[in-house]
Amino acid sequence: MFDFSIVTGWLHNWLLGFMPEWLTTTVECVLIGVLMIVAYAVLAMVYIFYERKLCAWMQCRLGPTRVGPWGLFQLFADVFKMLIKEIIRLENIDRFLFALAPYLVIVASMLTFACLPWGNGLQIIDFNIGVFFMVAASSIGVLGILLAGWSSNNKYTLIGAMRSGAQMVSYELSVGLSILTIVVLAGTMSITELVEAQSDGWFLFKGHIPAFIAFVIYLIAANAETNRGPFDMPEAEHELTAGYHTEYSGMHFGFFYLAEYLNLFIVSGIASLLFLGGWMPLHVPGWDGFNAVMDYIPSIVWFIGKALFVTFLLMWFRWSYPRVRIDQMLKLEWKYLMPIGLFNLILMTLVVMYDLHF
Amino acid sequence: MNLQEKIASLCPSATFEEGEYLLVNVADKEWHSLAESLKKELGFDYLVSVTGVDWNESLGCMYYLTNTETNEKVSVKVATTDRENPMLHSVSDLWKVALIQEREVYDFFGIVFIGHPDMRRLFMRTDWVGYPLRKDYDANPELNPIRLDAEENEDDSFVVTEDENGKLTKTDYKIFSENDYVVNFGPQHPSTHGVMRLRSAVDGETITKVVPVCGYIHRGIEKLCEGKTYPQTLFFTDRMDYMSSCQNRHCLCLCIEKALGLEVPRRAQIIRVMFDELMRIGSHILAYGCMAMDMGATTAFVYGFREREQLMDIFEKTTGGRMSQHYHVIGGVAADVHPDFIKDVREFCAILPSKVKEYHTLVTGNVIFKNRTIGVGVIGKEDVISYGTSGPNGRASGWSCDVRKRAPYAIYNELNFDEVIYNEGDSFARYMVRMDEVMQSVKLLEQLCDMLEKEEGNEYIAPKVPKIIKLPAGHWFQEVEASRGAFGVYIESDGGKNPYRMHFNSPGLNHVAAVDKCCAGYKIADLITISASLDYVIPDIDR
Repeated sequence: MFDFSIVTGWLHNWLLGFMPEWLTTTVECVLIGVLMIVAYAVLAMVYIFYERKLCAWMQCRLGPTRVGPWGLFQLFADVFKMLIKEIIRLENIDRFLFALAPYLVIVASMLTFACLPWGNGLQIIDFNIGVFFMVAASSIGVLGILLAGWSSNNKYTLIGAMRSGAQMVSYELSVGLSILTIVVLAGTMSITELVEAQSDGWFLFKGHIPAFIAFVIYLIAANAETNRGPFDMPEAEHELTAGYHTEYSGMHFGFFYLAEYLNLFIVSGIASLLFLGGWMPLHVPGWDGFNAVMDYIPSIVWFIGKALFVTFLLMWFRWSYPRVRIDQMLKLEWKYLMPIGLFNLILMTLVVMYDLHF
Repeated sequence: MNLQEKIASLCPSATFEEGEYLLVNVADKEWHSLAESLKKELGFDYLVSVTGVDWNESLGCMYYLTNTETNEKVSVKVATTDRENPMLHSVSDLWKVALIQEREVYDFFGIVFIGHPDMRRLFMRTDWVGYPLRKDYDANPELNPIRLDAEENEDDSFVVTEDENGKLTKTDYKIFSENDYVVNFGPQHPSTHGVMRLRSAVDGETITKVVPVCGYIHRGIEKLCEGKTYPQTLFFTDRMDYMSSCQNRHCLCLCIEKALGLEVPRRAQIIRVMFDELMRIGSHILAYGCMAMDMGATTAFVYGFREREQLMDIFEKTTGGRMSQHYHVIGGVAADVHPDFIKDVREFCAILPSKVKEYHTLVTGNVIFKNRTIGVGVIGKEDVISYGTSGPNGRASGWSCDVRKRAPYAIYNELNFDEVIYNEGDSFARYMVRMDEVMQSVKLLEQLCDMLEKEEGNEYIAPKVPKIIKLPAGHWFQEVEASRGAFGVYIESDGGKNPYRMHFNSPGLNHVAAVDKCCAGYKIADLITISASLDYVIPDIDR
């Protein structure tokens, strides 16, 4: 399997050849930053197109078809429209917090984005508490949403923000517990080591029953974390018109929109990292020939493919189910998901202690 | 003892007129006690319509009452000669539907109802000058210019009470207190299904009170009708409830034909009923789609539209119209059906059951959908009768209110179908009634296709419809079962070619009156599902 650290290592040494070390680090940081922003924007567009086409397919429609082949350029037109739209200045709002909120949301999603293992040796942040950092960074997003709702000085946004506060804080617990279940199985929090540990089988198969329960809980809770249907109460366009971002326009709204789609990619990425082996190809112990063939597929294709698959599952929920009500949603979390998650954690601990996993 | 003798013993001063229904003339000061005994002793528990009329020498109301047990009908005329400060006694304490219908009369005729708890204008702005449906109304545009500012006193209401000595006191009050946190849904909101406003006082996520504000698209159809000839008035009916345009028009045609004594050819009657039932299917499928949509299930919405599209094509082939058909005319229908019509309807009837099954798989069985609808927005049988919420909403609460069964018109008494009744009275029951009625309509259409094929007569319109239609002096009332409930037309004629007064009694207005009753105590999200399950259409409310 091709190791991308050869490329990055060569680049590092080449830069060191004519630059002092501090300058090399700075140049590398800038390069990575630019690459990340580009990847972020491109992925968001891919995702918006993906969702449009997928939901059109589920609804017996065609989706965008007019602009460019298969409607591909529709996205560029939409992004361009978003960029040139006016950012409306509102009276009687908290200007500073109002402007800050979208950036908080986007910063949180970018920080998490940076942790994802894109391929063999292709990773930006990698340290021994990687998963922990990921959970911590992603929970900054709720702050942005709360601020957006509160600072807009509007009843819809305030109700939307209240709902999202209750929802995201609750579901963070379930996400955390299912991640912890896998951490117990792997015995590490480092993202690289997590992926390496799945070289002889993905955790979903290695951890059998408890891992599968954790996967299901993660999918439900992650859907709620990203404020997507059937848990899209903070937006709930049929009740609150647009929830917390009712008052936003232009690129400020665009940031919320981008973050929503990127968060979808991020939770799918985390799901594929924790349960489906990250960039690790499908390996079956003992089948060496099969494993060797699988290794020919580049690791980055594996990762993005798995993320798209998990996203497909999430979109399938989104376009089939009606929205739940706020009290029912909280009941689902506190009465069902969290107790099951806790029980599942104990089950996994027992499985690991008595070495019952594969 | 017949009804007239019974009423005469209850209220000796009342005078009677024979007619289509027994008409009781009663003085205002005896009206409330008569109303009480009519309801409690004679069982007239359903107030069908309150129609304000200006008879020039007097102002007053026509009340149409029905006994839901025996289907007896009676009409009552109450009038006052005081044009400066007209007052009548309210019956809103007996029949809740009067709460909103008497407000409509107040709005258009300026009659203040003594004892009515909330005397605000219903459709017009609070600062509107004059009462538009009075015959002496001054329509000078300088009196009512286009106002660009918001109404400041929209919370102001008053109540006129009468003590034992007959002394009247007027008390002003505000409908929301200062501590109420009022969230405004509408007039521009994705889930109000039109330009309608629901002001809701909330406590956290829980709704404490809902005040509907109507009139944003009121077009004054009743006023316009007074200046049109009878065939011209037909065109307004399609624009009230656009999801039951055929039934509405059928109702007005029936009423005019009744007044003229016109016999409609059988072929035309079959075609009319077929269009009514097709329209009902379209309406119920849309209601299903919108209800799912309001809960966030957009896919179900598109599925509903897929079948409705096929229906629209059937309409378009025969009538040329997709939304407004303008097909029923006085004496029959405008033209014979398209040669493919029966084939298309049969095809549609063949595929629809499988599609309805698909809807049930996608939405009805869904656990989230069930949790959102079962036990939510419950309204009991007595309340639906009192609020007059007829149609599928009434039948979901166990009230057998189908006009097609209760007072069959056209050829409904020859057809075999069941009245769908559920007893739960919650959003889920209202939804299920509609889904089951779609299947009943399919059953009806299959029978009607056979009847139309066998029908030998080829007249689609009565041969002797007069060129200029003049109704004899008098008044008529006709009801049909529209998609959303009992739709009524009241015509008062002075013998001329224009109606003297034409009133449309729309089911939607009664549904809106019941929103507060259904929603209080439930969550904000439930307000949306409950109003979706009540399935009112705004142009029907704002006529």
